[in-house]
Order: sequence, then C-alpha cells, then structure tokens
Amino acid sequence: MAEVERDLATGVQTTGHEWDGIKELNNPLPRWWLLVFYACVIYGLGYTVFYPAWPSLSGYTKGILGYNSHADYYTDAAAAAEGKKQFTDRIETLGVDQISQDPQLLEFSLAGGQAVFNENCAQCHGVGGQGLRFYPVLADDNWIWGGRLADIEQTVRHGIRNADDPEARQSLMPSFGVDGLLDKAQIADVTEYVVSLTGAEFDAAAKDRGAKVFAENCVVCHGENAAGNKELGAPSLTSNIWQFTGDRAAFAAHINAPRHGVMPAWQGRLSDDLIKMVTVYVHSLGGGQ
Amino acid sequence: MTVQDAQPKSLFAAQEKIYPQRVFGKFRLIKWLVLGVLLGLYYVMPWLRWDRGEGVPDQALLVDLPGRRAYFFWIEIWPQEVYYFAGILMLGAFGLFLATALLGRVWCGFTCPQTVWTDLFLFVERWIEGDRNKRIKLDKEPLGVRKIGLKLAKHGVWLLIALLTGGAWAMYFNDAPTLVREFVTGQASSAQYGFIALFTGTTYLLAGWAREQVCIYMCPWPRFQSAMFDERTMLVTYEEWRGEPRGKVKALGAGGEKLGDCIDCGLCHHVCPTGVDIRLGQQLACIGCGLCIDACNGVMAKIGRPTELITYDSLYNQAQRAANLPAKHRFIRPRTMLYAAIIALIGAAMVLSLGTRSRLDVSLQADRSPIFVRLSNGDIQNGYSIKILNMVREDAQYDIKVSGIEQIRLKVIGQPGSLVSVPGDSVGTFRMLLHAPASALSDDSTPIKVTIEDQTTHETSSHDAVFRGPAK
Repeated sequence: MAEVERDLATGVQTTGHEWDGIKELNNPLPRWWLLVFYACVIYGLGYTVFYPAWPSLSGYTKGILGYNSHADYYTDAAAAAEGKKQFTDRIETLGVDQISQDPQLLEFSLAGGQAVFNENCAQCHGVGGQGLRFYPVLADDNWIWGGRLADIEQTVRHGIRNADDPEARQSLMPSFGVDGLLDKAQIADVTEYVVSLTGAEFDAAAKDRGAKVFAENCVVCHGENAAGNKELGAPSLTSNIWQFTGDRAAFAAHINAPRHGVMPAWQGRLSDDLIKMVTVYVHSLGGGQ
Repeated sequence: MTVQDAQPKSLFAAQEKIYPQRVFGKFRLIKWLVLGVLLGLYYVMPWLRWDRGEGVPDQALLVDLPGRRAYFFWIEIWPQEVYYFAGILMLGAFGLFLATALLGRVWCGFTCPQTVWTDLFLFVERWIEGDRNKRIKLDKEPLGVRKIGLKLAKHGVWLLIALLTGGAWAMYFNDAPTLVREFVTGQASSAQYGFIALFTGTTYLLAGWAREQVCIYMCPWPRFQSAMFDERTMLVTYEEWRGEPRGKVKALGAGGEKLGDCIDCGLCHHVCPTGVDIRLGQQLACIGCGLCIDACNGVMAKIGRPTELITYDSLYNQAQRAANLPAKHRFIRPRTMLYAAIIALIGAAMVLSLGTRSRLDVSLQADRSPIFVRLSNGDIQNGYSIKILNMVREDAQYDIKVSGIEQIRLKVIGQPGSLVSVPGDSVGTFRMLLHAPASALSDDSTPIKVTIEDQTTHETSSHDAVFRGPAK
C-alpha cells in the first residue's frame, strides 16, 4: 500500500496530484452536502416526470399529473372576474352618467379605468392624460369634441378620423395653401390674425386683412369669435391651449397643410364595461364637463 | 514535526447527546408552575370570545390578515397603525434587558418558548423511556422490539404536542372553532395546512431534536446577554471558595488533606438541560434555570452539609462571601433605573397614544403626471387622491376644506360639493381637483393645507400639501 502523504500545515491527505509544485488536498464535500445534492437530482428527475418539462418538435411532455400553468392562470382569472362581477354587471346595464353618480361604481371604474387607460391610451395621451406632442391633453378643460361623459364615450368607442368606422368623428380642415384656396399673402395675413388671438405681438395691418380672410374661410367651422365648434371638432383658437405648437410658423404650416390626428376605435377591442370605465376615468382626469 | 505527524483539524464539534436527569426542588417547582401558566395561556387564549357586534370577528385575540385588522380585546389595530407592534417589540426588548440586569437569564431559564417546550418534551421522554440512566442504556441497546416501541411512542407523543402547538399558533390568525372544524373535516385551505405543518415541524425539530443546540448555536440572545449583566446581577453561581478542593465523600473521613464541600458527585452536571458544568464558572450555554441548585441542595442535605453550594447570587456577593465580608443584594443601580425609565416612557407613550388615537386617518397624494395643467382660461389645476380611513363602525360624512391660496377652488369627482361619505370601518378613495388663477401663485410650489372634518364628531385631520404651477 502506497504511503499516504499529508499536508504539513493542515494535516489533510493529498490526492497525489501536483501542478507546478502545488499539491491538491483531498477535502471531499461534506456528506450532508452530497445528500442534499442527490436529493435535488432526484427531485429534478421526478419533476420532469410529474410536470410539463421537455420540449419536443411538436410540443412538450405533458407530465403525468396533467398540471398546466396556463389552465391555472385561466382559473385564477375567471375567479377574479367572478369577484368583480357584482360591479361589472351593473356597469354593463347602466349608462356612463349613472355610473359616475354611484359612489361604489365610480370608485371601481376609476381604479379599473386607470388600468385600461395606462394599457391602451397612455402611449399617446400620456400617463394621467398629460398629453404628448400632437396628442391632446386630457387633464385640462379644453375639449375639441366635447367633454361630457357621452362625448368622451362616443370618442372612445368610434375613434377620430378612423376610416374603418362610419360612426367615427370626422372633420378635415382644408389644406388652404397646398390646394390653392388661399395665396401666400392671405395665409400670412390670417396667420397674423390667429397670432393676435394668443396675446402675442402682431402686425396690426396684416391682422385686419387676416380677419377678413378668416371671416370668409374659417368662421364656418371655428366660429365668429374663433371659439371653436365641438359639433364639428373645430378647436377653439382663443383658449391658449394648442394641440400642436402655438407659434406663428406652426399656424402658417397648419393653414397651408393641416395635420389631422387619428384615434382608433376601441369598440370591439375593449369590452363594453371597460369602455365605460375608461370613459369615467378620462372624465375624472380634470377637464370633464 | 514530520509530514506524517500532522493531524486533520476540524472546526466542527459533533453533538454530544445530553440526558438530563430528573430533579426535585424549588426551581424545578417554579419551572413547572411557569410552564403550566404559559402553556395554558398559549392554548386557551385563541378560544376567548369578545363580542364586537355583527359582521366582526368575535375572537378576543386575532390577527386577521385577509381582513387587514388585528384585534386585541377592546383594541382594534389597522395596518396603518402597525407601529403599535414596534412599541410592543421595544417594550419586550427593554423588559428583557431589565429582567436580565436584575435576575440574569430568567427569560432563558424559565419563560423562553424553546425552554418551555423542551422541558415538556423532556418530560414526555422521561415518562416513556425512563430517567437518565435508563435512557443512556436504551440508546446503547441494539435495535429491538422494545426499543422501537418506546421510540415510536415518544416521537408519536412529541408529534402530537407539536401538532397542537402548531395548530394553536394558526388559531391566532384564524377563527379558532372554524379552523378546528375545517382542519378535521379536510376543508381548511392548503395555506392553513401548510402553515400548521410548518409550525408542527419546527416545534418537533426544535424542542425534540435541537434542544440545547438552539440555545448554544442558533440563538443570538446569549451572545449579547453578557452586555446586560454586571457584578450585581443575580446569576447561578458555584461557591468555589467553599466547594474546592473537591473529593469523594469517603475521602473525607480518611483525614490528610482538607476537602471542600463539593463531593464531585456530578449531579449538577447531569440534571442540566444544556449539559453545563456550572463549577467551571459562567458560560454561554448556561440558561440560568437553577436546576443544578436544586440537585446540589438535595445532595448537601443528604450528606449533612450546608446547602446553597450552588446558589442564585451576584458575582459581587460571591466575592464578598469568599473574603468573609458582608454580602448584600442591590437591585437599584443606574443600569436598572435606566431600563425601567425607558420602559415607563415607552409604556406611557403607548397608553397615551392608544387612549387619544384618532379614528380618522387621511392620506393625500398629489398627481405626479401631469404635475399641473393649464386650463383654457389660464388657471392652473392640480389633481390629488385622498384616502379617508373611517375606523369606527358608523358611516360618516366629511367636509374637505383647502386653505393656503386665495381663490383656490375645490372639486371632488363624483360629488356636487366638498362633502364626501365613507361607510363605517372602511376606506373611501376620492379624487380631488384644485384650481387657482396663475396670478395667485407666488412660486412653482405653493404650500396649502387640506383639512378633513367629520361632520358628526367635528374631529379634524389636517394635511400639508403643495400646489404646483409653472416656474415663475
């Protein structure tokens, strides 16, 4: 029997392996550690037998317990829906005005509507309806299409300038410059008139000429005093709140070739109760009328 | 030293099994009494009823986690008031410091759950397997029918006690009669079965198998207990000046050298639940239970020598006695007075706060997005969420008032005015919009005060907030 060598400092046996004068000591793993390791291996093997585990080309092994985490999820989701049913049932039968009058349904709708809004609407309108460039703020009191609950619901359901839905809100401002309805001088004049409405400095002579152009071309939609028309979706030009930038260059560009924002219809994508909840939520953000 | 002389060094000391022997005496009696009272309280408390009215749990002590309430007799704690638990923990800690400074490890030796349940488990073990010598002999025996039978019986009784212990713990978090019924009929939830199994398992392992290992290796308390001691603290001590040199009782009559009172019978060591030899002096493993005092007193009485060779005394007194000077107990010391003062202070604060606590609590949160909006007429609007906690059982109506900015106007969503209603024992969540003319704001952040007033009791709750606007 070969003599066992022991390390001088620790008294541990060496394995006989040596690299560059460094000898490997034989410190085996503790038995309890190995036992835990073997137990984990056995557990792991058992797991792959009992539960879905191995992928294959056409699916995966199902496991002999028949467990499925998707099924689990659907069960939980159904249970959650069942718990909410006492509210959602009433929301489905009531109109948005009645919902906002009921303290319980209002609280439920505000919480649920916020979730719906953050998931579907916040991408354009911002979290909390703060608005993003080119997308209107929903937290102020300036409503292009009206800020009553019914108006908001109509907008949510059918969208704006959405070609797929005949009930969608439609309004198109003519491209006065591009289509040759106004010449460059007239556009410059009417721009000056709009600038005068914002309280900024303006050229009085051009503004007076512009007022005339405005009266002939713009009053039909924007109204005598440029206060807008919610029926037509013509924004007020006097409110100091601008969906697009509120400066001279932006006005001129808009009159020349206006931008037309589009909002999709949510009817069909969101269930009826969710549409009502998000309507109540949007109405609560600050500017509902 | 040659290479072959080197011996493996292990940092691990294998457990030496301890066979505590039965003992009679003063401290043993105190321990039985304390054990009886504590276990009695523990098992009976969840069954006490306390009528709180309809729809509210009628259990005197209940931590209702799903319902977000804790009930302690007439006191009801909401999650927002969880700081009362912090107060109780502080009282517990300083109570422990005071008790330790005065009387040493009384907590460890008499009232610690680990001690109490281990004592109970040891009682079962002694009852089934016999006293120390019989148990040592039994463990040395090869496995046979008798041995297997005794071991099975012991572990069976242990598991039963553990189950009752774990079950009782779960009763503090569930309605006790309902839990028992559902547990027996298999209708309890998997979480309930799981937690009961967990507490049963830990009781069985800790009190049955780990025993003194918990005190010596797992528990942090022995490690800093010595910081609570001083030379005036009462401790289990050995009167070395009287006992040494020790020798067999027979050697005494033989003459020659003069022996001390200790006859080295080893009984103090044999009865110790943590296997301590107190004659070696103060040590971490000693839990101060005093069973060695009982054992030694019995032996001293039998051989006709003065008792209290091992005794409950302070190190100062022991030094005095050794030097033949008068010994005196002194319990009033700066340390004990400080601990007592802190306990009194926290206790008074708790009682005061409980006695005067408001049953109306409000939390106010300003919208973060958008921080503010400009309205079409140039005014600035801020949005806030208000949660009103109505902690009484009656419905209440509250009036919201805002001050701090002139011309500030308030709108509560879903309400015509500033009045809101919150049903009893619940939380009302409201959205509030404030708007003010831009000219009324002096800065981009103006302090305001929101006051909620209960319309019936006229109790108010005021909250400081800010109104944000554009930078000036």
